[in-house]
Amino acid sequence: MAKRSAPEVNAGSMADIAFLLLIFFLVTTTIAVDSGINTKLPPITEETPPIKKQKNIFTVQMSADGQLLVEEKLMDIKDLRQAALEFIDNGGGQGDDKCTYCSGKKDPKSSDNPKAAVISITHVRGTEYGPFITAYDQLAGAYTILRNKYAQKKYNRSFTEMEVAIKKPGSEYLSKKLKAKIDEVKEAYPRIISKAEPK
Amino acid sequence: MSKFKKKGGNELPAISTASLPDIVFMLLFFFMVATVMRDNSLKIKNNLPSASEVEKLEKKNLVMFIYAGAPSEAYKGAGTESRIQLNDKFAEPKDIASFIASERATKREEELDYLITALKVDKETNMGLVSDIEQELRKVNALKINYTTKKGSDMK
Repeated sequence: MAKRSAPEVNAGSMADIAFLLLIFFLVTTTIAVDSGINTKLPPITEETPPIKKQKNIFTVQMSADGQLLVEEKLMDIKDLRQAALEFIDNGGGQGDDKCTYCSGKKDPKSSDNPKAAVISITHVRGTEYGPFITAYDQLAGAYTILRNKYAQKKYNRSFTEMEVAIKKPGSEYLSKKLKAKIDEVKEAYPRIISKAEPK
Repeated sequence: MSKFKKKGGNELPAISTASLPDIVFMLLFFFMVATVMRDNSLKIKNNLPSASEVEKLEKKNLVMFIYAGAPSEAYKGAGTESRIQLNDKFAEPKDIASFIASERATKREEELDYLITALKVDKETNMGLVSDIEQELRKVNALKINYTTKKGSDMK
């Protein structure tokens, strides 16, 4: 018998297959980016905090079963954002405390101006984390709405859009002017949500 | 039209491309090995709540993760109460201080101010435990925190 060599397998397309796999995985792999609500804890200090006027504090209490007590009244979570919004934007202050950009009801019994307004959220140890975050999110949402409105009026663009623009590489990437505008809006409506320890 | 082709002319033999896949695979393996996917294997249930006012956590290397939740099925032995998980171990609130210290030790000095603690807490955890974590963080002056959530809304 004549010696026959085994036919050579064409391996030229192996590279294509490998590349195809590589590209497939490159495209489909999403490196999960975590996101969440940023906040700052108060530092531990010896000094007692300044006493705030009761009318400048918006109290939200949460029970173990997730019920809300807002300003001593039972409230549904759906109404929380609107209630917080009205409180922050009330602008009932006179003289030095007067708020020039607020569009609220100017109720003298509610907050003086957004800089003085404090939202205080308290809970008991048994409150579940999920409902708490939902409530916290609603409160933070009230600030976002007000900031957007303010920015729209002053700079003709929304605050959310400004924050996106400064982070996205492009003409406004890390621009100092835009940063100043963002800080100014934040200054007008500072997000003061105090989270007290459970009793 | 001869039946028998003459074997092997004088042309140059084709360059073998058989080693090309090897090169590509080498690249693939290099990237597979070099990519660090920092992921703790979780011993707890970790169903995050949803929120809409979220910000992205950029600079992954500057984030310290603290997990909390009830032990998952496989770790029933640890009880049904919510627990804290640091790295791969269950922990008590008092362990947080040393955890933060060891995390800080691995970072460069100029980065320390930008460190942020991400709290990945299960929906059904009691706020009491979350408060305990926050108190410990305050003690070690790790004040920047992030309540990690999914995007969306839990409102019914």
